[in-house]
Amino acid sequence: MNDEITLTIDGQAVSVPAGATILQAARSVNIPIPTICFHEATSPLGVCRACVVEVQGWRTLVASCVTPAAAGMVVNTHSERVTRSRRTILEMLASTVDLSEAPEIQLLLQEYAADLQRFPGAERRAIPLLDDNPMYIRDYTRCILCWRCVQVCANDAQYVFALNFSGRGFDTSIATFYDRPMPATTCVFCGQCVGVCPTGALKTKREWLLEKGLLPEEKPAGA
Amino acid sequence: MAEINPLVLRETLSRYAPQGRTALLPALHAVQAIYGYLPEAVAVEVGRALGVPLSDVHGVIKFYNLFHPEPVGKTLLQVCTDPACAMNGGEDVLQAIRLHLGLTEEQHTAGDITVKRAACLGLCEHAPALLVGQTALGRAQASQAAELCQGRGYRPHALVYGEQRRLTLNCGKGRPTTLAEYEAGGGYRALRRALEQSPAAVIAEVKASGLVGRGGAAFPTGVKWEGAAQAAGDPKYVICNADESEPGTFKDRVLLEEDPHRLLEGLLIAAYAIGASKGYIYLRGEYPAAQITVLAAIQQAQQAGLLGPNILGSNFCFELELRLGAGAYICGEETALFEAIEGKRGYPRLKPPFPTLHGLFGKPTAINNVETLCNAPFIVEHGAAAYRQLGTEISPGTKLFCLSGDVLRPGLYETPFGVSLHHLLYDLAGGVPEGRKLQAILFGGAAGAFATPAQLDAEMSFEGLRATGLPLGSGVVLAIDERRDLRQILLGLARFFSHESCGKCFPCQIGTRRQLEILERLARDAALPGDAQRLSDVGLTMSDASLCGLGQTAASAVLSALRLWPALFD
Repeated sequence: MNDEITLTIDGQAVSVPAGATILQAARSVNIPIPTICFHEATSPLGVCRACVVEVQGWRTLVASCVTPAAAGMVVNTHSERVTRSRRTILEMLASTVDLSEAPEIQLLLQEYAADLQRFPGAERRAIPLLDDNPMYIRDYTRCILCWRCVQVCANDAQYVFALNFSGRGFDTSIATFYDRPMPATTCVFCGQCVGVCPTGALKTKREWLLEKGLLPEEKPAGA
Repeated sequence: MAEINPLVLRETLSRYAPQGRTALLPALHAVQAIYGYLPEAVAVEVGRALGVPLSDVHGVIKFYNLFHPEPVGKTLLQVCTDPACAMNGGEDVLQAIRLHLGLTEEQHTAGDITVKRAACLGLCEHAPALLVGQTALGRAQASQAAELCQGRGYRPHALVYGEQRRLTLNCGKGRPTTLAEYEAGGGYRALRRALEQSPAAVIAEVKASGLVGRGGAAFPTGVKWEGAAQAAGDPKYVICNADESEPGTFKDRVLLEEDPHRLLEGLLIAAYAIGASKGYIYLRGEYPAAQITVLAAIQQAQQAGLLGPNILGSNFCFELELRLGAGAYICGEETALFEAIEGKRGYPRLKPPFPTLHGLFGKPTAINNVETLCNAPFIVEHGAAAYRQLGTEISPGTKLFCLSGDVLRPGLYETPFGVSLHHLLYDLAGGVPEGRKLQAILFGGAAGAFATPAQLDAEMSFEGLRATGLPLGSGVVLAIDERRDLRQILLGLARFFSHESCGKCFPCQIGTRRQLEILERLARDAALPGDAQRLSDVGLTMSDASLCGLGQTAASAVLSALRLWPALFD
């Protein structure tokens, strides 16, 4: 017999196993909650805050991907505070980062009627593209700092710890030890980071070259 | 390029290697003291010795202000330009020093000296202040640039006032109270009383006293200790949060510099109450004088059998370790502080779970502010009823208020809860100098809100300030007279938060920068249509959706200004 708890989401009673998050509870009844940093293969961290919801009686909004559903909870997934937060987060992202290859975020930008020009004079991420190995490029003008690449390189998958954070605050970036080129790090070129990147900041070299209309080098005749 | 002698390096690191990752910040401090900065080859050795992945070592170095991956001058000169210092000419001092050293706009090092702008150094009552290496100087003037560069100038000492001096009884001498002096005045009697009772009885007394946290969150201390005492898990930890970094706050600095044994006694009482055998004091790296007094006090206590095994002949054992911060306001947030002690970047954790159940190293932890712990000895020695004889019903006891800015007598004021703001600012602190008019008061620090002269009759208590809509915070009362351009002050606060945001959650990571850009425009008289609405949306988003208290309060002052003075933002 499962421990089941019942909560209310947008006026609807939802029953879930104890331990389920508010996000899981909402998805179980097809109540949509947007997510950006969330990924099935990484530990949820509640970093992007796009999935915030309003819980009656709680002072601040909470990230539904990491907040356990509790019996008797009353959740509003589209209150004024929630929609303002989501829209502003999206507008701030759009003002900082190149989102042209982030299809899921593009859908959210439309859904929340985000004004892409909301912040005139906003400083954008302008790190020169890193092309230091034959396998993948790093274009951090597209990096939203969702943490996924660092997570899969570390305890969530590969345990090689080649990628980590550098700097702090708005000036945070993803970097290697003393900015060494990738072949001089513990990277084993497994491709996990490329696989989880939501914006195309990490891309296989092959794809990047093909997009530019360049063919990967042809094999010499007879080889 | 530094000459790296591997023997010296490995000898130093051998002290930290057995502890592993938790020793990362101490190890980096130690090797940086040898080489002056942290070259790549040194960082490699640190990672190898402690078993920490190199990318993590680099991530930690790049997170904290006081770690330098690039060469810096032998003397680091840090000039504060946060609110109180900015109002007293801190910017002029900084520029005068840079001019004296012949630095162009892009340069920061001349010969042996590297000059940096510092976030609030906690010397607000001596504004403008600076750190020259490990020497604190106050009341600096631009005309003294040459002397300041040599570490010569006004040496700040505690300015302590107030009508009822319980916490600051021993403060104001200009030197630390010795163990002998502390005991002669009744010190460590409370610890002896505590050891005669059960831990549960100690907790009951603290609960009955109504003591709440003095770091800003005001959580009932007895309830916190009870939670940690009852939590499953072993070992348990007590931690003193001495990372005082809220602009305008310097109360803990005074207690640490002049009466460290009061804090030690409070920590011992807390440890006994919750069943902890190990504790830490996490002290901000920019308090060099406090580092010396606290280390000396710990040594004195150890020698006197007040720390270590079988304290005062009882079964109670308690080890206390001092950990130095490395320059990050966010590490005053309790879970980010745990991360720092664990040897990581100071990223806050999600709450729940709360520290009493899952804290340092995932174990039950009671973490308290310096001032909070310094209240414990009185409560345990004299009892909750005696404690409650001062203050109000809901806000018992005394509070330390930090007065700075445009006030005649800046300093630390201890008064019972319940006095009026007018009494504190005018009767005790002398009001606004030179007959000027009060324009506003910044309450609670950068993460606070503005009060106006219309609120001078506000009662200085939790309930009184709540009724007035003002935050008590850490007890900052920063007076602003009619000369001041509030836009410049807001700009300074925005700069602070942008610099200190950890960068983890999107609302604060980006929001603090967007807030700064808009306020930069405002301060230049170049506001764009819609800027007030932008500030409001960004501010409310940070307040509502940020992961931790930093982001949740980063727009607090700005939002209060939008409400009080909308015309400022046109």
